[in-house]
Amino acid sequence: MNATDNHKDVSPKGAASVRMRGVDKAFGSLTVLQELNLDVEPGERVVIIGPSGSGKTTILRVTMTLERIDSGTIQIGGQHLYHEETSSGQLKDASEKHIRGVRSNIGMVFQHFNLFPHMSAIENIMLAPVKVHGKSQRDAQQIGMELLDKVGLIEHANHTPGQLSGGQKQRVAIARALATQPSVMLFDEVTSALDPELVGDVLNVLRDIAEEGKTTMMLVTHEMGFAREIADRVLMFDAGRMIEDGAPNDLLNNPQHERTKSFLGAVAEH
Amino acid sequence: MSDTTRTESPADEPDVDAATGQVVSFELAQHHKWYRRPDVVIPVVLVFLGLTLLAVADTPSARFGSEFTPSGDVSFSWSYFFHLVPQMLQGLFVTARATVLGFLIAASLGLVLALLRRSESRWVSYPAVALIEFVRSTPILVQMFFAQVLVRATPAVSLNALVILFIVVGIHYATYASEAYRAGINSVPKGQWEAATALNLDPLTKWTRIIIPQAVPNVLPTLGNYLVAAFKDVPIGDAVLSTGGVLFMASTIRNVDFRPVEPYLLIGVGFLLVSLPAAWLVRRLEERIAYERD
Repeated sequence: MNATDNHKDVSPKGAASVRMRGVDKAFGSLTVLQELNLDVEPGERVVIIGPSGSGKTTILRVTMTLERIDSGTIQIGGQHLYHEETSSGQLKDASEKHIRGVRSNIGMVFQHFNLFPHMSAIENIMLAPVKVHGKSQRDAQQIGMELLDKVGLIEHANHTPGQLSGGQKQRVAIARALATQPSVMLFDEVTSALDPELVGDVLNVLRDIAEEGKTTMMLVTHEMGFAREIADRVLMFDAGRMIEDGAPNDLLNNPQHERTKSFLGAVAEH
Repeated sequence: MSDTTRTESPADEPDVDAATGQVVSFELAQHHKWYRRPDVVIPVVLVFLGLTLLAVADTPSARFGSEFTPSGDVSFSWSYFFHLVPQMLQGLFVTARATVLGFLIAASLGLVLALLRRSESRWVSYPAVALIEFVRSTPILVQMFFAQVLVRATPAVSLNALVILFIVVGIHYATYASEAYRAGINSVPKGQWEAATALNLDPLTKWTRIIIPQAVPNVLPTLGNYLVAAFKDVPIGDAVLSTGGVLFMASTIRNVDFRPVEPYLLIGVGFLLVSLPAAWLVRRLEERIAYERD
C-alpha cells in the first residue's frame, strides 16, 4: 500500500492502514474529537471503548465520511481521504470524486443495520457490486449467495428485512458490507440493538472475518469479553481524547488511567 | 431474472445441493416490492388507464341542443334532469381530461421542484423555493386570469383555453406535490442515506434505488388527495377561460332553457359520484402501501 495505488481498482486489495493526524471534530460548540492521532496497521483489529459521548462512534463516522472533519488528516492505505496532493506536494481539499475513490476501500456496519427495507436480503447485498463495481447480475448474485452462506442465512436470501430477526438483519448487513470487499471495516456497536440471545451469531460472523485477516477492523463495542478475544489493541476514549491504548489483556485487566478503571468497573457490573 | 437451465426451485427458497452445500439454482423473488404488488398496482393502473383514455379521446362538441322548449314552468322535473345527463357527461369528460393532463404535469414537475429545492446550490434552490411559495400562496382563480391575460398579451404564443387550463392546474398542483415529495423524501430515515454513502453508491443510484422507492409510497396517498382536489378546481377554468367542462355546460343549459336547478344539481351529483370512490381508493392505497421498516 502506498500513495500511488490506483484507488479506482476495486479488486480485493487486502487490508489497509488507517492513519489519523490532528483530527478535530465539533458539532457546534460541542467538541467530539480533539487533536486525535491514531495509527491502525493493515490487518490490525482495534476495539474502541469509552463512555457515551466520548467520540468513539464519531471516529468511525468521520472515517466513513458520514461526518466531515474540521481539521487534520485521515489516510486510508496511504491515501489521503479528505485531501489531495497538488503537484507541488501541498494538500488541498479533496473533490467528491477523490473522496468516493478512497471511500471504496472502506465498509461499515451500523448499530441499527440500515438495510434497505424494500429489497430482499440478496438484493441488499447485490446492489453495490452491480451498481458500484459494475459486476453482472449473475456474478453479483453468486457473490451474494456465497456471503449469505458465510453468515448462515442462505435460506433467507429472498426475505425482506421485515421478515428477519435483528440478529439476521445484522448478519445480512455485514454480508452487504463485505460484498464491496473493503480493506477497512468499521463496526459501530453492531450488537447493541440486538436481543442478548442473538448477539452470539453476529459475534461468530465477526470472528470469521477476523480469522480471514483480509481486512483491517475497527470496532466500537461494549462487549468486553469479545473485545478481549478479538482485539489486537484496545483504545480507551474519553471526552474526545484517546486516554489509553494497549493490548487487550493489559488495558482491560490492568488499566492505568483512573477514567478507564471507573469505566471498566461500571461496565463489569452488568 | 436468472436464466438457470435447471428446474426452477418451487418457492422463494434457493435450491441447495445437499452434497456440496452449493446453491444450485436460485430465483430472485420480486413480489414484495410495492410497485409489483397486484393489490396496489391494479387499482392505480386502472384509474390511470381510465383517466388516460379520457385524456387522449376525441373532444366531444360542446354544443347543447335541447328538446325541451321553455314553457315558463321552471319547477324541478326529473325527466328534464335525466334528459340532461348525456350533455353533462360531455362536460365531465372535458373536466376530467383537464384534470388528468394537469395532474400528469403536477406529479412530474412536482418531483423536479422537490429535487431542485433540495439542491445544495442556492442558485438552484432559492428560485425553486420562491416559485413554490409564490404559487402556493396565490389563489388558482387569480392564476387562471393571469395566465389568460399573459397568453393574450403574447402574440407569439397561441394556446387554446383547455391547454391554458391544464398548464395552470399542473403548475399550481406541482407546487403542492413538491411539498408532498419533500415530506416523503425527508421521511426516509437518515440511516438509509448513510448506508448509501457507506456502500459508496453514486448519487443517481442512491436516488433511484434507495430514496425515491421509499419516498414515493409515502407520497402516493397525498398525491391522490391532490388529484381529487385538482378535479374540483378545474371547473374554475370554465368560468374564467370558458373551457367546455361541467360548469360551462350547466351555464349554457341555463342560458338556453332558463332552467338552472337541474344542471347545477347534476354537477353536484357528478362530482359526488367521482370524488367519493376516488377518496375511497386513496384511503385503501394508504392502508395497503405502508410496509414494514427495519
